[in-house]
Amino acid sequence: MLKYILNRLFHSVIVMFVISFIVFFIMFKAGDPVQLLLPPDATQQDVIEMRHALGLDQSFIKQYEAFLKNVAKGNLGTSFVYGQPALNVVFERLPATLELSILAMIFSILFGVPLGIIASIKPKAWYSKAIMFLSLSGISVPVFWTGMVLVLVFSVILGWLPSSGRGTVYLFTSAFTWDGIKHLIMPVLTLSFFQLALILRLTRTGMMEVMMQDYIKLARAKGVPRRVIVYYHALKNSLIPLITVIGIQFGQLVAFTIVTETIFAWPGTGKLIIDSIQNLDRPVVVAYLLVISFIFVAINFMVDVLYTFIDPRVRM
Amino acid sequence: MKFFKNEVVVEFLEDKLAVGGLIIFLILCVFALFPSLFSYQNPYDLTQLFLKNSFQPPNHNFWLGTDEQGRDIYSAMVYGLRISLYVGLTSTIFSVIIGYTLGLISGFYGGWVDTIIMRIADIQLSFPAILIALIIMALWGEGIGKVVIAITIVNWVYYARTARGVVLSEKEKDYAQSAKALGMSNFGIIFGEILPNTTAPIIVIATVRIANAIILEATLSFLGLGVPITQPSLGSLIANGYQVLFSGYWWASVFPGVLLMVLIISINLIGDRMRDIMNPRLKR
Repeated sequence: MLKYILNRLFHSVIVMFVISFIVFFIMFKAGDPVQLLLPPDATQQDVIEMRHALGLDQSFIKQYEAFLKNVAKGNLGTSFVYGQPALNVVFERLPATLELSILAMIFSILFGVPLGIIASIKPKAWYSKAIMFLSLSGISVPVFWTGMVLVLVFSVILGWLPSSGRGTVYLFTSAFTWDGIKHLIMPVLTLSFFQLALILRLTRTGMMEVMMQDYIKLARAKGVPRRVIVYYHALKNSLIPLITVIGIQFGQLVAFTIVTETIFAWPGTGKLIIDSIQNLDRPVVVAYLLVISFIFVAINFMVDVLYTFIDPRVRM
Repeated sequence: MKFFKNEVVVEFLEDKLAVGGLIIFLILCVFALFPSLFSYQNPYDLTQLFLKNSFQPPNHNFWLGTDEQGRDIYSAMVYGLRISLYVGLTSTIFSVIIGYTLGLISGFYGGWVDTIIMRIADIQLSFPAILIALIIMALWGEGIGKVVIAITIVNWVYYARTARGVVLSEKEKDYAQSAKALGMSNFGIIFGEILPNTTAPIIVIATVRIANAIILEATLSFLGLGVPITQPSLGSLIANGYQVLFSGYWWASVFPGVLLMVLIISINLIGDRMRDIMNPRLKR
């Protein structure tokens, strides 16, 4: 087990190293941030000085070397725009993003799994067809479109919910104040709509596949009540693949906050990355991507470990 | 082969929703193929736009209203549909060709070729697709061709993985082994024997992923890193309209959004049905 963990860790470090190189190169090629940082009336002298101060007058190899040396000291560079360590800039905004993603995931599971089970029991019933059609629109609607419609209905027409910002934050989250909750509703709904539909569909397919297996037929022949078969025998086994998907999808959720946060002006990392890409703020872009890929790796790892507990067949 | 095809067609036609999806999709394709027949204004032609017509609500002259430049939303949507479909289809075709070829080679030869290709795929899959596309677009700037390339770079991985998995099981089968015994070249075995036998799963994935490619393009355009508004896709039309949503000009974003939704739902209805038909585990 320890060997496996170390192997995985080593692999992840290499992946993150490659990613940092590629992103560093792309941002190096993408353009000169100094033009964007200085006021339009800056002199040529100012430009040269600033470029020198940020180390941008050096060759690509030199710059990347300096970056690696900094990384060894646990420093991912200083943001060109904010003047703070890039990692701090990302971490400052991470709670807001995680808050959105976690709440959206909980919401999707709470509604997605039961609805998926209902749709799987009697696939030909009208309510199953209705659920499936709704879920189909769920995976068909782009995230930004869901957000836009919610804003149009609840902010512009009805005026019930605020369309931007995070509201009153207490203990790193908005979920503890009424004002904060009002700000949370639409972003969370927007973010979870797609996930909910996806989880629903996977639960349904999983259940239908399991229900056709021999052990279910045996249970039925033995006279086990249908309720017990569905919620105990079948559900248990169809949940296993679902856990992997939920793990992977959580990473996707964190990424899709880019869109949600842009629409709702949510002060998280998603909005930060869009701003940073546009400002060519290379240290922040690199730091953000490394943090995201770290979250990805960590979640995949946790899913694998969880698997060995749930499914005795994979236990080593 | 003919029998197989017929069976699929018959099964497909059994599902009324899927047939509905197919009909809507075909109608939309006709609109996209001949946009000038179905619109009364060319949104690219600035001489046809008049500022005095800006922000008209839906009326008998402009069925679905106009935007800030006096561009007829309905006509712009027809042209936008064309661009969205174009990006979705071309990027899917490119990613199928590239991904499938690499996957076939990777699975057939194994060894270091396999290691390199699959490592690249692994690294890419450890990242959300939208992030990769965003970074590429940040490097290149807006443009239709650039979006197609960016989506291709993001999507080839999925086909490569599927193709590799299929080849690994196919190359051990009798027909591939006997082709080898007959002295057929590797190239001949891969593209002459294995390829025709493995197209079914790829077609299914491709149908579903056309919808994903269209969504990805729309999302990039919405974030301002996709197709420019001078050649609007449905996504850039929505983005453009969203900027004036709070001023009450809802039609500029809502109608293109509804069309985008209809387009994607129709594709997904087809894809869904195809997947159910092809899934052997759901066969009774």
